[in-house]
Amino acid sequence: MVMIKAENVSIRYMVGDFKDIGLKEYVVRRLKNNYHIQEFWADRNVSFELEPGDMLGIIGSNGAGKSTLLKAVSGIMIPTEGKMEINGTVAALLELGSGFDGDLTVRENTFLRGAMLGYTRSFMNDKYDEIIQFAELENFQETQFKHLSSGMKSRLAFSIACLVNPDILILDEVLSVGDGAFQKKSGDKMRTILESGVTGILVSHSVAQIRELCTKILWLDHGKQIVFSDDVQLCCDAYEEFLITHSFPENNDPVNDLALKYKKRMAEKNKKDCNAYLNQFNLLKEQCPEAAVQFAKAVLKETSL
Amino acid sequence: MFQKIKKYQFLFEELVKRDFKQKYKRTVLGMAWSVLSPLLQLLIMRIVFSQFFGREIAHYTTYLFCGNLIFSYFKESTMGGMNSLLMNADIFSKVNIPKYMFLLSKNVSSLINFGCTLLVFFLFCLIDGIRFHFGMLTLIYPLICLILFNVGIGLILSALYVFFRDISYLYDVFTMLLTYVSAIFYTVDTYPMIIQNLFLLNPVYVFIKYWRIVIIDAAIPSFGIHFLCGFYALLAVCAGAYIYRKYNHKFLYYV
Repeated sequence: MVMIKAENVSIRYMVGDFKDIGLKEYVVRRLKNNYHIQEFWADRNVSFELEPGDMLGIIGSNGAGKSTLLKAVSGIMIPTEGKMEINGTVAALLELGSGFDGDLTVRENTFLRGAMLGYTRSFMNDKYDEIIQFAELENFQETQFKHLSSGMKSRLAFSIACLVNPDILILDEVLSVGDGAFQKKSGDKMRTILESGVTGILVSHSVAQIRELCTKILWLDHGKQIVFSDDVQLCCDAYEEFLITHSFPENNDPVNDLALKYKKRMAEKNKKDCNAYLNQFNLLKEQCPEAAVQFAKAVLKETSL
Repeated sequence: MFQKIKKYQFLFEELVKRDFKQKYKRTVLGMAWSVLSPLLQLLIMRIVFSQFFGREIAHYTTYLFCGNLIFSYFKESTMGGMNSLLMNADIFSKVNIPKYMFLLSKNVSSLINFGCTLLVFFLFCLIDGIRFHFGMLTLIYPLICLILFNVGIGLILSALYVFFRDISYLYDVFTMLLTYVSAIFYTVDTYPMIIQNLFLLNPVYVFIKYWRIVIIDAAIPSFGIHFLCGFYALLAVCAGAYIYRKYNHKFLYYV
């Protein structure tokens, strides 16, 4: 069984004169033959396949076409070319903060958002208290949404969204909301959901997060697919090297090449660090042996050797 | 289709609630004002125009109110509907839900408003000495047609408004012109037959005419009027549905 299958998916965006010019101006420009639309491909020939329980991490710098691809998976956009096959219900948590109404109260917004995410009324009635509790907004239930702080807003959004129980879960940079304490709570919650066997897609700028959570990886750059693979660690190595140098090697196997370079760089860095620690240790030993022991302990703890 | 309605029923209810609260901002006077304002308009028109037209037209107050009632419902429903899609761009660009829901929920708000004014209208009919009869049940037909017509026009306008933001100004001008050719405060009886028939090209006029025939003349309109009501309603809905279908995934580029 395949949950998601993308075959040569390409998505075209339009930019240019057409926005905000109005009907009168449109007619004038059409008559003068001065009406220009530019097209650009946000995604070009992207292919991947996910089986149940897979967690796909999508990486790439800004403007790589990650969010557009997610919109195609969630059905908000349709591919201009290629085919996107989805088997199952999709819940997309894209940009949590938007879509609330400032004049409505927290309670009303909670129900409205729940309805948008496809929950039923009875489900929302059951879960309402739980949501408010999780968001830590017990004292603000009848407050107008616009009077909440931005942290509270995203906490509420996250709490509503994380009740989802879909076949396919799409997360776009949602693992980092709220203050430190809430971030830990939300991270834990997300992990429980992911461990329940849902098929997921995760977009994150944190490579560490991708390394930890994902079983497959898709790397996009300016709409082009660099690699789709299940060797997450290798691709993450390559991506981190790319983030440092911002260039692709000119050969057939850029990913392996980059990963190799990254390993070398890391090894060198380790060596350098070790030497630095050693020097410091020796220096301390001459002055005060006790301090040296303390330092050594601290280093060992920090580097978890 | 049936499953889809069930699936989105909860969302629809919540959207209606939201639109309603947005409109009246939880004010006590909010609802009352929306009934009061057409009454004030009626009062002014009654005072100003009764000198010119009041003598030739029987039950002039009812005649005026009838025209006002239908026209202001049409105007409010379509003008409110125009914003509905763009206003919710934040939502439909992030969540995959049917886009026509926003328009429909907005239409429910204006329909409720219309219902309130309608009650006042019947009260006025009583005072004006209109005889109530069973034929008035036929009013349901043009009412349904009018609702459909408003939904259709709303669909078209809301889609256009996403593409061309100056539509709102153009539509303002258009509705003002339409007010004058809808025979709200005058009668077309004195015009030659050709011109009288030209009026039938205006859907709003047809709806108003239907209501006046039933209420003031206590008669059932001809088959032609029935046909026109249904035709305009279907035409508007089909055109609107076609546009939404065609541009469903393109609205995103324009918001």
